[in-house]
Amino acid sequence: MAAQSLREAKPRPDWTKLRWWFSGNRPRLIITSLILIPICLLWIYPFLWTVSAALKSNGEIFAGLGLIPQELQWSNFPRAWTEANIGKYFINTVIITVSSVAIVVITTSMMGYVLGRYNFPGKRIVIGIFVAAVFLPQGYTIIPVFELINNLGLSGSLLGVILGTSGGSPIIFILLFTGYFSRLPRELEEAAIIDGAGFFRVFWQVMLPLSRPIIATVAIMQTLHSWNDFLLPLVLTLARPDLRTLAVGIYAFRGEFFVDWGGMAAAATISILPIIILFLFMQRYFVEGIAGAVKQ
Amino acid sequence: MAVPNLSTSTTQYTKPPKSLWREIWKYRWCYLFMLPSLILTGMFTFYPIFASWYFAFLDWSGFTATRDFIGIGNFQEVIGDNLFWGAFRRSLIFTAISVPIQMLLSLIVAIVLNDKALKLAPVFRTFFFIPVVTTTAIVGIVMSFIFSPFNGPINGILVDLGIVSRPIDFLGSAATSLWTVIGVFIWKWFGITMIYWLASLQTVPSDLYEAARLDGAGRWELFRYIIFPLLVPFSIVILLITVVSSLNVFALVQTMTAGGPFYSSEVMEVYIYRTAFGTSGSVPRLGYASAAGVFFGIAVMIITVLQGLAVRGMRERQAS
Repeated sequence: MAAQSLREAKPRPDWTKLRWWFSGNRPRLIITSLILIPICLLWIYPFLWTVSAALKSNGEIFAGLGLIPQELQWSNFPRAWTEANIGKYFINTVIITVSSVAIVVITTSMMGYVLGRYNFPGKRIVIGIFVAAVFLPQGYTIIPVFELINNLGLSGSLLGVILGTSGGSPIIFILLFTGYFSRLPRELEEAAIIDGAGFFRVFWQVMLPLSRPIIATVAIMQTLHSWNDFLLPLVLTLARPDLRTLAVGIYAFRGEFFVDWGGMAAAATISILPIIILFLFMQRYFVEGIAGAVKQ
Repeated sequence: MAVPNLSTSTTQYTKPPKSLWREIWKYRWCYLFMLPSLILTGMFTFYPIFASWYFAFLDWSGFTATRDFIGIGNFQEVIGDNLFWGAFRRSLIFTAISVPIQMLLSLIVAIVLNDKALKLAPVFRTFFFIPVVTTTAIVGIVMSFIFSPFNGPINGILVDLGIVSRPIDFLGSAATSLWTVIGVFIWKWFGITMIYWLASLQTVPSDLYEAARLDGAGRWELFRYIIFPLLVPFSIVILLITVVSSLNVFALVQTMTAGGPFYSSEVMEVYIYRTAFGTSGSVPRLGYASAAGVFFGIAVMIITVLQGLAVRGMRERQAS
């Protein structure tokens, strides 16, 4: 404390400040930033272009490189929302995303809990099979999934898409929960058992609330997966246009209204913006979830 | 989880089968808790693996009830189909080109951004990551406008700067379509590989940097002798994930080019989709497409195993 106040009391001439500014890492950091700023702006240019095109008239979009519209054309949005059915697709996508997140969080946390905390017969076999399945590419299983959902009679409702999108990815989530639960101290549940709590209550009232960070990560990763999924909803809605999701709907939009660039850009903005905003607010969980996959 | 008062009563029945059943009964809640997950993954992860094998031996359109077992007929046809081999080759090119570029460039950016003194690093990280979270299919559609030869912004800039005299039809010509899609793919997924690298770099203890700096190590020596050896185990995992993701390119290719023009960008997944569901005029053939999928799946598995063996060999050589 004494040394610090002494140092502070000493008046510092201007030239040392100047030298400090240019010494060590400063110049390098400034140059690095000056190189990275334009790269980053170019990096998101396609999204800036999309938002800008959504606010331009159809004639203006391909007329020049400027991103600022001459006059804001808000009419692109209601036109896309009603005429191109984007409103309907938006609601479908929200229903599918919310339901699949609920299904995935509940099922994977339950499975991860027992795998992480109990040594029951057959546990190692289950873990072994699951780890092996992580490296299976999804594209080659689409045909049996399509056939299975048809056979279950689910092809006429959103339920088929919900189940398909919930069933495709959770193995890595199960492993995340398993890792987390196995590191929690034993005393926590012992205290609850002494209080007379059963298996289910220990899980629901003690363990699940403790795993909040993993729940957040899994919920966000699954949101990303369901919101952005394309092949599965495309295949399952080939015969039912009213069940399309945003990704499939905008793909079909291009085929049907191929000259309405403004409407298309508005539709793209409607579907991309929510997920970017979610990402900006929940960035920590996105990054942790992804980084966790490597560290596992 | 030993239960003391049970063990005294079971001493006289120590036959293994009985105690196994007892064990299972003791953990009945565990099995109950696994049930929902096992049903879901069973239906949508494990069943499809076996079912696609079965379908591969059928002459079946998928939309009619007639399923004729035709043995290896589909496989013979797959092997004789030039379009299949074209798609096979393009999928391998896609992986072989995109994976090294993506891994190397994102490693460089990750090392730059890992500098704690760089105050803006989290902002830059966010920018690089934004394409990752956006819907691939919609990115593909937007990109088909960005690369449009009719006054699309990329051609606009190229012509304005005088780099080219006439707009390039990036997606409409067979010479450039696949390369354009590969470029967009690298841009789209660059951020996720960068996060993998950043996560690995953050496991390097910061006092190691300090110690190396005190010993007078330059930036290159620091990387070559301190960071690089520590990154090797992570890079194997990252390589595996990146290779697998470079085989899941359906959404981007289908929305940017749908495999065209003249199949010049048709990768394996697009080929399977086209033959299975009969888009662009052909007859739907689920059985035949399953055979193509199974055949390609085996090829990928062989490549992955070879990759794994090579990595193990490398490790053993390093250890000795």
